[in-house]
Amino acid sequence: MSETKLPLYGDLADPTPKISVRGLDFFYGDHQALFANDLDIAPNRVTAVIGPSGCGKSTHLRVYNRIFELYRDQRAKGMVLLNGEDISAPSVKLLELRRRIGMIFQKPTPFPMSVYENVAYGIRLHYAVSKSELDGRVEEALKGAALWEEVRDLLHKPGTALSGGQQQRLCIARAIAVEPEVLLMDEPTSAIDPIATAKIEELVEGLKGRYTIVIVTHNMQQAARISDFTAFFFKGYIVEFGATRQIFTNPHNKKTEEYITGRFG
Amino acid sequence: MSRFGDYLSEHFETLFRWFTILCAATVLIIMAAMFVNLAWNARLAIGEFGIGFLWSEEWDPALNQYGAFSSIYGTLVSTAIAMVIAVPMSVVIALFLVELAHPTVSKVVGGAIELLAAIPSIIYGMWGLFVFAPFMAETVQPFLQETLGLEKAPLIGRFFSGAPMGIGMLTAGIILALMVLPFITAVMRDVFAMVPPVVKESAYGMGSTTWEVTHKVTLRYGIQGVIGACFLGLGRALGETMAVTFVIGNAHHISASLFDAGNSIASTLANEFAEASEPIYLHSLIYLGLVLLVMTFLIQFAAQWWVRRLKKSMGAGL
Repeated sequence: MSETKLPLYGDLADPTPKISVRGLDFFYGDHQALFANDLDIAPNRVTAVIGPSGCGKSTHLRVYNRIFELYRDQRAKGMVLLNGEDISAPSVKLLELRRRIGMIFQKPTPFPMSVYENVAYGIRLHYAVSKSELDGRVEEALKGAALWEEVRDLLHKPGTALSGGQQQRLCIARAIAVEPEVLLMDEPTSAIDPIATAKIEELVEGLKGRYTIVIVTHNMQQAARISDFTAFFFKGYIVEFGATRQIFTNPHNKKTEEYITGRFG
Repeated sequence: MSRFGDYLSEHFETLFRWFTILCAATVLIIMAAMFVNLAWNARLAIGEFGIGFLWSEEWDPALNQYGAFSSIYGTLVSTAIAMVIAVPMSVVIALFLVELAHPTVSKVVGGAIELLAAIPSIIYGMWGLFVFAPFMAETVQPFLQETLGLEKAPLIGRFFSGAPMGIGMLTAGIILALMVLPFITAVMRDVFAMVPPVVKESAYGMGSTTWEVTHKVTLRYGIQGVIGACFLGLGRALGETMAVTFVIGNAHHISASLFDAGNSIASTLANEFAEASEPIYLHSLIYLGLVLLVMTFLIQFAAQWWVRRLKKSMGAGL
């Protein structure tokens, strides 16, 4: 079933993949959810992961930062390389891996603390900085998430007091504050309104110059609008992968075509 | 259909509404009636000693002189000891059960803790008097005196001076801690279990350790429930009677030493009603009961005010 062709990203300044996945299987207890996934993620580009519900998109993403390890019955087999280094090698420190690979979730997840403290949270975890440097970094991260103008006078209000879209950008600010290399976004706009969604899409376009972004989405137009590469998942297999334009205009696989033309999903 | 049946079905909504109002009002009426009743039956003592009852230390039935201070002091100190021990332990146990323990272990330990809550307080009292107090006298108190006594630590040594008798303030406080621990732990466990997994995941996703996720996110997220749990335990500790009466020593006496015998409001009431022959004696005891009721209310109000303030500043989720 796997017809994935891995491009070499020859037109990019740095054609080595940021993340390489080889032969990834995933299990929830006895149930196998991913089958022999092979995928390369281009550096400083947006890669969209699409497919029908329950096809393993989120599961695949959750291997990259090893967040699935929080659950006893979940298990991954295979290899994931970040900059050519196996993420499950003993030399890779888990906490450092999660700093380098940030994650944004379906629902905004502000912590129960002020806007400022939310952004400062990760900086405090990973860096020893002075108060003034911390202020600077918080401001920079909020600017990076296009939120600064809206919250500069609300820094000491609880993060939960912001609107849904603002909360999601707060989570992005919190993630980029620790200078990650990769941002994983798991349907980041599924819980927020269309206008807030447009703002986040715009933000993602702006962020890709600095970060490698992998975004899971149910929204085909969103994938077409903001991504450079697209992977189509079906029943735990990566059925097709390629440049987004090719996937949406000239899909090689019948299933991909049926999905993107809305025949199922 | 009978006329009454017609009437019922026609006016069911209205009747049901009045029924709910009546039930709700009963609670308020009982509460008000308690205050009125206690105040009325304490009127002799209120008239005689006034508000000075609260800080008068003398309790002498022979001279008909009564003051609540030693009982209030004992209630507050034994409760404080209980909370200082029970709250941190409960937080740690609840976090262990929710975050760290294997699900089977969590189920077994959680069940055991709930069973602990079902033990009648008289059993705690008997166990405290016959088993725990001797253990305190022979092992714990001598150890505390050796390590934290007057010679080693002059400042806090005073708390651990005096004869190690086993019964006294410290023993009462520890027994109280054991008694309120299951309540606080059970509520906290539910609170922590309600923190959405995705919030914890995003904290782990930032590269936090379990400890960091726990004390910076889980604990803060559930802070309202945590405080609620503490005050539930506090309320119980303040009013606990039987077990405390067994081990506190029942002396109207204030001492810096936690080894000394003391009393609490509840233990005084339990001990002395049978002896209260004079009306003023009886009224003084009821006055003491009124003091306990007011104290409990004030603490609950303070708790609610505190929770509201916290909610405002952190926007905590629960």
